[in-house]
Amino acid sequence: MDIGKIDQIIDKYDGEASSLIQILLDIQSENHWLPKEALTRVGEKLNVPMSRIQHITTFYKHFSLSPKGKHEVHVCVGTACHVRGAERILDTVHEVTGVGAGETDPDLNFSVETVSCLGCCALGPVIVVDGEIHGNVEQAETAAVLTELKQAETTEVMQKCACE
Amino acid sequence: MSRIKSPAELEAFRKEILAQRDPDKPCITLCSGSACNATGSGKVAAALELEIEKQGVTTEVVSRRTGCHGFCEQGPIVVIYPQGICYLKVQPEDIAEIISETIKKQKIVERLLYVDPNSGERATLEEDIPFYKYQKRLVLGSNRKIDPRSLEDYLAVEGYQAIAKVLFEMTPEQVVGEVKDAKLRGRGGAGFPSGLKWDFARNAPGDQKYVVVNCDEGDPGAYMDRSVMEGNPFAVLEGLMIGAYAIGANEGYIYVRQEYPLAVANLTVAIEKAEEYGLLGKNILGSGFDFTIKVHRGAGAFICGEETSLLNSLEGKAGEPNARPPFPAIRGLWSKPTNINNVETWANIPMIINKGAAFFSAIGTESSKGTKIFSLVGKVNNTGLVEVPMGASLRDIIFKIGGGVPGDKKFKAVQTGGPSGGCLPEDLLDTKVDFDELSQAGAMMGSGGMIVMDEDTCLVDIARYFLAFLSDESCGKCTPCREGIRQMLKILTNMTKGLAKEGDIDLLFELAEATKGSSMCALGKTAPNPVLSTLNHFREEYEAHINEKRCPSLSCKELIAFHIEPEKCKGCGACFRKCPAEAIEGGKKRIHVVVQEKCTKCGGCHEACPAAFDAVKILSGVPVPEATPEEARAIG
Amino acid sequence: MSEISLQIDGKEVAVSAGTTILEAARSLGIEIPTVCDHAQLSPYGACRICTVEADANGRTNLVASCQYPVEKDMVVRTKTEQVDKIRKVLLEQMLSHAPDSEQLVALGQIYGADRDRFEKEASFCILCGLCVRYCAEVKKKDAISFFDRGAKREIAFLPEIAMQECWDCKECFPLCPTSALQAAYVLTEALMTPTEPAAPSCGGGCSSSEGCG
Ligand SMILES: Cc1cc2nc3c(=O)[nH]c(=O)nc-3n(C[C@H](O)[C@H](O)[C@H](O)COP(=O)(O)O)c2cc1C
Ligand code: SF4
Ligand code: SF4
Ligand code: SF4
Ligand code: FES
Ligand code: FES
Ligand code: FES
Repeated sequence: MDIGKIDQIIDKYDGEASSLIQILLDIQSENHWLPKEALTRVGEKLNVPMSRIQHITTFYKHFSLSPKGKHEVHVCVGTACHVRGAERILDTVHEVTGVGAGETDPDLNFSVETVSCLGCCALGPVIVVDGEIHGNVEQAETAAVLTELKQAETTEVMQKCACE
Repeated sequence: MSRIKSPAELEAFRKEILAQRDPDKPCITLCSGSACNATGSGKVAAALELEIEKQGVTTEVVSRRTGCHGFCEQGPIVVIYPQGICYLKVQPEDIAEIISETIKKQKIVERLLYVDPNSGERATLEEDIPFYKYQKRLVLGSNRKIDPRSLEDYLAVEGYQAIAKVLFEMTPEQVVGEVKDAKLRGRGGAGFPSGLKWDFARNAPGDQKYVVVNCDEGDPGAYMDRSVMEGNPFAVLEGLMIGAYAIGANEGYIYVRQEYPLAVANLTVAIEKAEEYGLLGKNILGSGFDFTIKVHRGAGAFICGEETSLLNSLEGKAGEPNARPPFPAIRGLWSKPTNINNVETWANIPMIINKGAAFFSAIGTESSKGTKIFSLVGKVNNTGLVEVPMGASLRDIIFKIGGGVPGDKKFKAVQTGGPSGGCLPEDLLDTKVDFDELSQAGAMMGSGGMIVMDEDTCLVDIARYFLAFLSDESCGKCTPCREGIRQMLKILTNMTKGLAKEGDIDLLFELAEATKGSSMCALGKTAPNPVLSTLNHFREEYEAHINEKRCPSLSCKELIAFHIEPEKCKGCGACFRKCPAEAIEGGKKRIHVVVQEKCTKCGGCHEACPAAFDAVKILSGVPVPEATPEEARAIG
Repeated sequence: MSEISLQIDGKEVAVSAGTTILEAARSLGIEIPTVCDHAQLSPYGACRICTVEADANGRTNLVASCQYPVEKDMVVRTKTEQVDKIRKVLLEQMLSHAPDSEQLVALGQIYGADRDRFEKEASFCILCGLCVRYCAEVKKKDAISFFDRGAKREIAFLPEIAMQECWDCKECFPLCPTSALQAAYVLTEALMTPTEPAAPSCGGGCSSSEGCG
């Protein structure tokens, strides 16, 4: 990630150490993960020890210290979704994408995460694919949405790799 | 519009806004809360704009995008005022008809009305829908009338009247007194008397004090705070400002979980608007009172809902709790006196000031006043947010408002209070929603999660589910919480897998006692509740799992098997086609057989088998019968 | 400073405000077991072995004595059946991580803890935080940190800092009640020879170092 961009984000919060989490959230949403250089930069500019940054980035679930897939799938496993079969949806996501909860595939196509409630409990089970919420998903529907994305990815990769 | 500099200017502005609005003019409101956005509210809004233009009714009708109406399951929701005609599950292609029929000809579009799943009756008006009929929406009510990003809309529903009154007609002591007299108790979980808490912070020595809104709403399966913050942010801002004046604070923080992007967005716009109009900032309404607000997003940690963790998180640290005492009222944010309340608590404040403590305390029970919003979800017909007066019975909420359990399934339990709460069985359904009564029954008011479970829900699994959640979400600092939950979770997981041993129930009790007794914060102290309450009311389910390796709800995967009864199978092949694991051996006019080794227990075949045949059985605690030999499988 | 009088195990004592129950008890010569407490460090409250029963303001609570400040007319009991039972379970939980820790084994004997009660856990660390806090509060080097949370919480050295600071210090080592710190350090040393992570690739066979993400 570009250092200038990181500095810009830090400046937005007047370089205040108390804004550490807010700054990391902005970097995460800009870059989808937190590269080491970004953390070092933030630590230097805010004058916060690396130990605190390491603790925070592993304590809060939203942060990722490794690159994320192109498509981010979040499966809600909150109570309302759980009693309506979220576990099976998670299984389906795994089956279709080959990616388990908390994982990213080596090709960086998909990242799958669980979340505990998105506030759309009345629509449970709920999944979020690339920021878009899908409610009342059946296993079949989940599979369909993801299969489509997956197919798009494979074609794209094949086109790209024909570069040689 | 420039800054509003006095109460007189505020009233003049309000009059001006109201004068421009004709209450008889049809107003189409479209819910644009998170859930309705997920079901397509955005596209409906675009269609609405287009169609109003196209059918030439621009001057005859007003349209407004509002926050959550509560009945999210039926979204996107359209309500047409002044009558209150309510259309559900509205899609873009329905809009042309709504305008040509309802707006132009005052005719109802029947197919978009609510149909009672039990009686089959339709309801035209919002207030006739059973889901709404028995509610008392004092806090949520404005959500359906206002655009959450419009300060004008908020002013049109008496907005900022309370702060004007407080700043010019009341002393801080009087404000605290009013909240005390109202007997308002915190809506965030523990039900601590809010007026008393304000007094602590008010009387604490120090010049610099803070007020904080807790919108972390970590209870998985509850979304009251999301809806209030998203749908009526100005009410929260006004409440916070009133509290700040009463306590003597000039800075406020709002902690919102980042999983609620729309709440963050609407709130941010509301703060900008309020600043623009001088309703935040220096010398508010010319009173000399200064107040600013900062928004802080949570980064995904349930423990940050706990007040001391939240404050640590606000300071940019990991969200680990501090020991109390000292309480935040004495030593809070940056070690200064700090008052934290839940979103719903704050949202009640303007109403208490406007309508008076007497009005508020007339609603509810002896020990719990006002209304409470619940997130009624799970195995219930009408899911959504319900706001009821304190003292309503669980039975009324689940059966009258919620319409009971779907299908012909039997009600089993209701879970209230989230991960710290408990499960109550059928015979405790007459328990009233009241802080003390729920606690006595072994559950908890909590922040308002209410999850209905039917006969298919395994309560050992529910206990396991909550402990798995807490094992992830505990901060991990203290031994009894971290290790106690770890051990209890292992035992419960073993139970759901048929690996439990005799004596495990006693061990659960022993671990629960240590975790409850010695954990540092309330997460640990209440973590055993889901286990204890299910053990208390559903001990026989635990015993079946341990002694017979049987799951009475036929839900624990490791304890069940799918079996096709040869006498009932008609060879239709429905299960065969549905099975994703190729675990069914079939063939035309042949008895179908589940190959147990291949079966992933997805349940697809059970759902697929026509009800008339009902050949697929779920077995638990009994051996699976021998498969019919190949040569004997021909039917007829 | 105002004096606060209270009763511990039947004995009266007066101490200055802000004193913890543990300190007050020690001034009376009453022993309360501790694991995560340390004279040079601020109270932390992680192990909870110091839990005692206290009556104050008309209520009886179990509190961590190393953290809880004395209150006027408080009545404290440092040994009760319930307290002992809790200490036993806590010790068994800690022993599942560090069955050979001398300190824990000795305490375990006092409270009748069975070190095999729970299955052996992978990590020796009981997360008392002595190492992390000592490095941060006393040495101000922040070479060790907590990671993650809940059941996954652990401690680890920050290799870049540890490489520069720890070799000549190692003051935290004797504080560790288990062998976890030593193990973590050995692991860190091993990690000091870094290997470049390979660039992600699509697996499609092209050798672009950019990857196809
Ligand atoms: C583990 C845990 C999680 C909590 N989560 C929330 C929460 O999400 N929202 C909330 O308002 N209060 C939550 N609380 C309660 C707060 O600590 C605090 O009591 C509350 O915000 C006070 O507000 P009130 O007096 O208005 O209820 C939580 C408490 C604990 C122990
Ligand atoms: S009880 Fe649990 S969440 Fe609370 S401090 Fe202890 S480990 Fe952390
Ligand atoms: S439960 Fe699922 S996997 Fe097993 S036989 Fe039925 S359809 Fe196939
Ligand atoms: S390594 Fe040792 S000193 Fe450090 S937290 Fe673990 S047990 Fe405590
Ligand atoms: S539990 Fe899944 S959205 Fe709330
Ligand atoms: S979001 Fe529309 S009704 Fe809740
Ligand atoms: S010594 Fe008090 S909690 Fe560890």
